[in-house]
Amino acid sequence: MSFMPDFALAAPEIWVAAMICIVLVADLFVPGKNSATSYYLTLLTLAVAAWLTIDAQWGAEAMTFSDMYIADSLGVVLKVAIYGLAALAFVYSRDSLIRNKLMMGEFFVLGLFAVLGMMVLSSANSLLTIYVGLEMFSLAMYALVAFNRNSGTSAEAALKYFVLGALSSGILLYGMSMVYGGTGSLDLGEIAAVAAADGDNILLLFGLAFLIVGVAFKFGAVPFHMWIPDVYQGAPTPVTLYLGTAPKVASVALFMRLIGDGLGAFADQWQTMLIVLVILSLAVGNIAALVQTNFKRLLAYSTVSHVGFILLGLMAGTEEGYAAGLFYAVTYGITAAGAFAMVMLLQRDGHEIGDISDLRGLFQRHGWSALVLLLLMFSMTGIPGTVGFYAKLLVIQAAVNVGHIWLAALAIVFSVIGGFYYLKVLKVAFFDKPEGELEMVAPGGYRAVLAGNGLAVLLLGLFPQALIAVCMAALA
Amino acid sequence: MIELSHYLVLGALLFSIGVAGIFMNRKNAIVLLMSIELILLSVNINFIGFSHFLGDLAGQVFVFFVLTVAAAEAAIGLAILVVVFRNRSTINVGDLDSMKG
Repeated sequence: MSFMPDFALAAPEIWVAAMICIVLVADLFVPGKNSATSYYLTLLTLAVAAWLTIDAQWGAEAMTFSDMYIADSLGVVLKVAIYGLAALAFVYSRDSLIRNKLMMGEFFVLGLFAVLGMMVLSSANSLLTIYVGLEMFSLAMYALVAFNRNSGTSAEAALKYFVLGALSSGILLYGMSMVYGGTGSLDLGEIAAVAAADGDNILLLFGLAFLIVGVAFKFGAVPFHMWIPDVYQGAPTPVTLYLGTAPKVASVALFMRLIGDGLGAFADQWQTMLIVLVILSLAVGNIAALVQTNFKRLLAYSTVSHVGFILLGLMAGTEEGYAAGLFYAVTYGITAAGAFAMVMLLQRDGHEIGDISDLRGLFQRHGWSALVLLLLMFSMTGIPGTVGFYAKLLVIQAAVNVGHIWLAALAIVFSVIGGFYYLKVLKVAFFDKPEGELEMVAPGGYRAVLAGNGLAVLLLGLFPQALIAVCMAALA
Repeated sequence: MIELSHYLVLGALLFSIGVAGIFMNRKNAIVLLMSIELILLSVNINFIGFSHFLGDLAGQVFVFFVLTVAAAEAAIGLAILVVVFRNRSTINVGDLDSMKG
């Protein structure tokens, strides 16, 4: 190990950090309406970062900064998925932000800070890097949820998110301190070595329980899901869209690095804990969603149930299972982005879509957007032909292959129950009488992206092999 | 003679008080911030205790990071509290229940 770190290896992070400063300053000094400069600079940042990441890190297996930072294929897949979902969120956000007079450069600065935090998290190889990445991303997110300063619900959601997020960070940190005490190292490689050699390390076991609770909080798995519905409903919809997509991939990153890499030797112990989380998430998420009337809140509970599926894949503890969980998180992000974008596309009587019943008559009024909604809801249900089907199939296959057949059966039962409320949304949109004024407020470009999003869900469902292969290659 | 277990017990006590403070507090949101701070400080005691008895400096470096992040977290938390107070004219935790379901 040389004293001078290899900066080139961490080029994507350094690039994004530098660009955040530039966007921050450019927003002050470059004239122009609606922070257009910041918007385009942000998209440029993400595009170049994607190129830098793939170019420098794909297929590599190298560490730098005293082994605290690791560049490998897994990191590349996680990061590129995060760039893509974040870019999608920014593109969708723009129109809604302008309409609600919230268009300020700070939105993109905070958004990029969150991306940077998720990047650090994805490439972490030490407890310290994991913690710093996690906090950088969480702190930016707290501020984003409170972005609409004049909304009481937005502020309330931010306070709840902040308190529970900080509590979960504290619990995670307490677990980290125990792991440090049990192994004498912050390095995940050394922790893994100690864990493999000493299976009865009581401090490690004690710490593991706290780590799992912290990770479950970040995912939003039951019983640590209480922040999800309020935050999703209360936050401005562009922020909800962002919060509901890329951070799910980041949570997978947190799990893979901390639990999968670091404490893989304790798989027997954490599998038991994850099974409890999976069953509760699937049950509570799907059953609570049945009675929701608010559309964003319905999507929030549906997220909880999807988190159950992601954890089901990760629970398997095999390469196949990790790849399935990663594939699920990425494709769910694409689907959820479209669903939240639907909320910002439409206005009923001059207000954003709130209740599910606001969608009534969508098919008669705006046929194509109802069809996009159909694709998205089918994908969330897991109907063959859409990408959600393959995601669920892979996850369940991974669980069956490690012998958890009854758990897989339970997952199928709950996804059938889940089908009911997705179909309820479609029933309202397609068969209820159109009345009142339901107008499409988003401009043409937005509609094109949304149509492309719906099409992507369909095409990935018909030809999923490439993306599956990428996820597999990341783990190999 | 102060041993490692003394530090760990103190850390565990502070951590429990912090968590209890978050869940039992129904009045003032500022108390939530104090509880969060207490949790982070309990972790610091753990880290320093382990670091000292393991003879490894990394734990103490970690504490610097935790302290810095705790400061940033307090800043954001207070900023959110100000926004809440401007919109609701209260920071009573029990009153923040406009969303249900």
